[in-house]
Amino acid sequence: MSSALPWYVLFLPFFAAVAIVLITKSYRGLSSFISVASVLGSFAGSCLVFVTPNIRALELTWIDLRPVLYVPLGLVLDDLSKTMLVLVTGIGALIHIYSLGYMKDDAGKSRYFASLSFFMFSMLGVVLSNNFVMMFIFWELVGVSSYLLIGHWFERDAAAEAAKKAFLTNRVGDFGFVLGILMAWTATGTIVFHEMAQQLGRITSYPGYLTVAVLLIFCGAGGKSAQFPLHVWLPDAMEGPTPISALIHAATMVAAGVYMLVRVGFLIQAAPQALSIIAWIGTITAVMAALIATQQNDIKRILAYSTLSQLGYMVMAVGLASGEAAMFHLFTHAFFKALLFLGAGSIIVMLNHEQNIWKMGGLAGRLGITFLTFMVGTLALIGFPPFSGFFSKDAILALAYEKNQKIFCLALFTAFLTAFYMLRLVVVVFFGKPRSDQARSGREAPWVMITPLIVLAIPAFASGFGFVTKLFFHLPGENETGWLVSGLALAATLTGITLAILLYRRRESDPLDFDLFRKGFYFDEIYGFLIRATQGVLASISAFIDRWILDVGFVRGASGATWGFGSLLRLLQVGTLQAYSFLFGLGIVGLIYFTLFR
Amino acid sequence: MILLFIVFCPIVAALVIVIGAPARRTALWAAGLTLAATMLAYLTFEAGQRGFQFISSYPISSDWRISFTLGIDGLSLMMLLLTAIVTFAAIWFTGEIAQREHAFYVCLLLISGGAMGAFASLDLFFFYAFHELALIPTFLLIGIWGTGNRQAAAWKITIYLATGSFILLLGLIMLYRSVPEAARSFDFRTLQKAASLIPSDAQGSIFLVLLIGFGILVSLFPFHTWAPEAYASAPAPAAMLHAGVLKKFGLYGLLRLALPLLPQGAQQWSTLLIVLLLGNIIYVGLATIAQKRLDWMLGYSSVMHMGYIFLGIASGTLLGTNGAALLIFAHGISIALLFGIAGEIRQRTGTLLLTDLGGLGKVMPRAALAFGLAAFASIGLPGFANFSGEVMVLFGTFRNGANPDRFTIFQVATVLALWGVVISAVYMLRACRSVFMGAVGESWSGVTDLRRGLRVPIGILVAMSLWFGFVPQSFVQIVSPTFKSYFAPKR
Repeated sequence: MSSALPWYVLFLPFFAAVAIVLITKSYRGLSSFISVASVLGSFAGSCLVFVTPNIRALELTWIDLRPVLYVPLGLVLDDLSKTMLVLVTGIGALIHIYSLGYMKDDAGKSRYFASLSFFMFSMLGVVLSNNFVMMFIFWELVGVSSYLLIGHWFERDAAAEAAKKAFLTNRVGDFGFVLGILMAWTATGTIVFHEMAQQLGRITSYPGYLTVAVLLIFCGAGGKSAQFPLHVWLPDAMEGPTPISALIHAATMVAAGVYMLVRVGFLIQAAPQALSIIAWIGTITAVMAALIATQQNDIKRILAYSTLSQLGYMVMAVGLASGEAAMFHLFTHAFFKALLFLGAGSIIVMLNHEQNIWKMGGLAGRLGITFLTFMVGTLALIGFPPFSGFFSKDAILALAYEKNQKIFCLALFTAFLTAFYMLRLVVVVFFGKPRSDQARSGREAPWVMITPLIVLAIPAFASGFGFVTKLFFHLPGENETGWLVSGLALAATLTGITLAILLYRRRESDPLDFDLFRKGFYFDEIYGFLIRATQGVLASISAFIDRWILDVGFVRGASGATWGFGSLLRLLQVGTLQAYSFLFGLGIVGLIYFTLFR
Repeated sequence: MILLFIVFCPIVAALVIVIGAPARRTALWAAGLTLAATMLAYLTFEAGQRGFQFISSYPISSDWRISFTLGIDGLSLMMLLLTAIVTFAAIWFTGEIAQREHAFYVCLLLISGGAMGAFASLDLFFFYAFHELALIPTFLLIGIWGTGNRQAAAWKITIYLATGSFILLLGLIMLYRSVPEAARSFDFRTLQKAASLIPSDAQGSIFLVLLIGFGILVSLFPFHTWAPEAYASAPAPAAMLHAGVLKKFGLYGLLRLALPLLPQGAQQWSTLLIVLLLGNIIYVGLATIAQKRLDWMLGYSSVMHMGYIFLGIASGTLLGTNGAALLIFAHGISIALLFGIAGEIRQRTGTLLLTDLGGLGKVMPRAALAFGLAAFASIGLPGFANFSGEVMVLFGTFRNGANPDRFTIFQVATVLALWGVVISAVYMLRACRSVFMGAVGESWSGVTDLRRGLRVPIGILVAMSLWFGFVPQSFVQIVSPTFKSYFAPKR
């Protein structure tokens, strides 16, 4: 059945964004209302799409220069995209509502909601695209909405820099992405996913070429999903408003890279060498980010590094050739990470925008619901049974155990670290004595912010159970090693929990001190140096050559030759520009006459 | 007839202003009427047809086979549309002119009329002459109403572009003489038929001369150093018109004459052209990053982006040339808007030094929005026409001679050009960052936003770019018949 419904789902938030920019910009309340209404509409539409079997959408043409290039605008509606559709609009709707409270008094509220709606549009586009070019279009739009939202408080230098950094890092990844698309396109002659899958034979006969193409495409995912070594933008992106961190930089956009990899799984899995590189990059990201997270003091940065680490798990799963396991973890992670960020947001707001965990403490009693829901998120994240994260992380660990023991050990170590840094966070923030005046006077957030927490806590707890997952996925059946892997994972988690409680109970400051971790392995410093040393130097050299050699030397030299002509003009005492122009015109006419007609 | 109106409306209006009509109002009306007429031509144009439409011809001299012939195909139609839109915007953007206001508007209108004439002419003689007509007022605008070191900049651009025009003229004469005497003609259509008579050894040298001539006019590396200085000194409307429209004459000439008439010459020199255009993209791109003033940076960026259009021309594929045409249009719109906003900022702050500015987004939200849209358009954000053009150019180039076993120069060029996309994001975002973001400096807290009326030209420019960005097929449909005739018979 062909239907326009998926297009409505896609374009509803877009129209909301346009309406806000063009009409309601100065009516802040109306702007937020339009935005929330559009996302609720989209969510309802998504649910309808989800339950309609065999739904198809109309296909439009973007560029048609057949037989060379045909770029359709078509929507893919399979189980994968339907699941993402519901996930994105569902969490999106909750975060829109939460934003009503969080951004209540913000001067740029209209701009915020316009960008948020625009983000929903772009993200849904990524999910629904049925070809590489269309996906790239929305991919970039997602990037720009992220830029706008990170830089929402653009008058702060840190936010302005973070926005720029995010966009540029993603551009570097996209450089590879486009090249990969070009390579896949030239070999298969199409950019539409399902046609490409049919033409796969034309590219698999060149294994080296295919490996390079896949790794380049992975570059794009590495940028968007913040994988090592392109991970540096995500922690800084926390300069944006907290709901944005929850929606974009935890639950949905950063997962777009993983989603894309799963979408083109047919291509990736045909290149075994590329696969193992991808798996290792995921593993490195997971371990590295978890190590960094153990020494962060900003509550949002801890969560950001934890996001990095979890994304590493997902990429690891992709690299181990199981798109299902990656999507399963993406699914559960979206709920509990959004929940954690929103919880952090309500703490931050109630403590007058204090983000340092060492200035908090003893909040468990004062922020009861926030505390309880935050605990649900924490237990899900560290993979404590029977919370959702336990099942999805277990699936990945079992996969690693089966395919690559080294990766399995590192994944287990990451699980231990995850439990450690999250419990450190919980113990320091919620227990002990308040360490600042704000912490002493904080109160629970308003209901418009608390309700989304409660709603999110339900799937954060339950989305791992079999009766839920079978609605959304076709997971591979239980494997025999199940008990061994789960046991080891649980042991790692419990060790992490115990260690963190013992170390951080009743502390006033951090007993551990690892500069290397606190500074994130000095990546920012290294990149800063590299950029200055290469691009900065090259730019200055080019500018210098252009100004002083090409221009002054070469051109002024050449114009010296024309100087005689200029003096001639002065001799005629008509050295003004107008007269010169007139003579010049005359000269041309004369020249034409003499060369052509004599 | 409609073409006659489009070409002569600005010129007649210029004459009327000389006689004494109120300058601004007349100019605006003329630009508006021209835009309306161009839109009419656009709407009544029969897309998908080969050959020229709306032809009107007046013989001048049968001995010399010169006739004043106007006619358009898809390519020239889009050039006319671009000219009409940018002219309208440039004239609307023009603020108060302190001295000789009449002459200022006359110059703007003459540039517009000249460009229109050049794009609509089917006769070599008028094609060239109209362009000259448009060039001279450009020099005057910079020399008389410019800022900074305007006299030097005016001299430089004059000498430079005059040299370019002269070389171009030589090339055109060579082209004219390369066919046997009986077949010679100034008429594009006749020339096209006689193209097969041009001996292949002559094609190479003619193409090279044309490439240098046109190249200088379009600021092809290493003939580009006139551009940044000229645009920085020029009054904003002049920079809008020249960078947006008039400069594109060289690219139009390559697409209109050099590619179809000298296909072997084009092939012979494609490697050289690719090396030079990579100079535009990489070398000039890096130089752009190092710029410290917004106007210089925009000038350099416009030089850099010419590289992508040249890449489309050099790609030797239908896809690439279509992309080049779309990029010409898209770049014209985005750079015009950027120069327009930069001019408004200079008017208010008196400086365009990036380190002096900052936080203007707070006090000039409308300017920030417009500049942001244009900046993102120019770095190829999807949704804007620039992106669609770049996609076609890059895909077209990469496709040429692609082979999974090895890369040819076309693939290498694509890779470097793609890196250029990263470079352009670096300098544009840096500019946005240092002009509009951050804390508002004390000296700028009283700066006023754009006047409300500017919504109209900004809206038209942005809408155009968005339209062809969202629906590039509507552009491709119009221009592709022209290019299909270039590539159809494998020669």
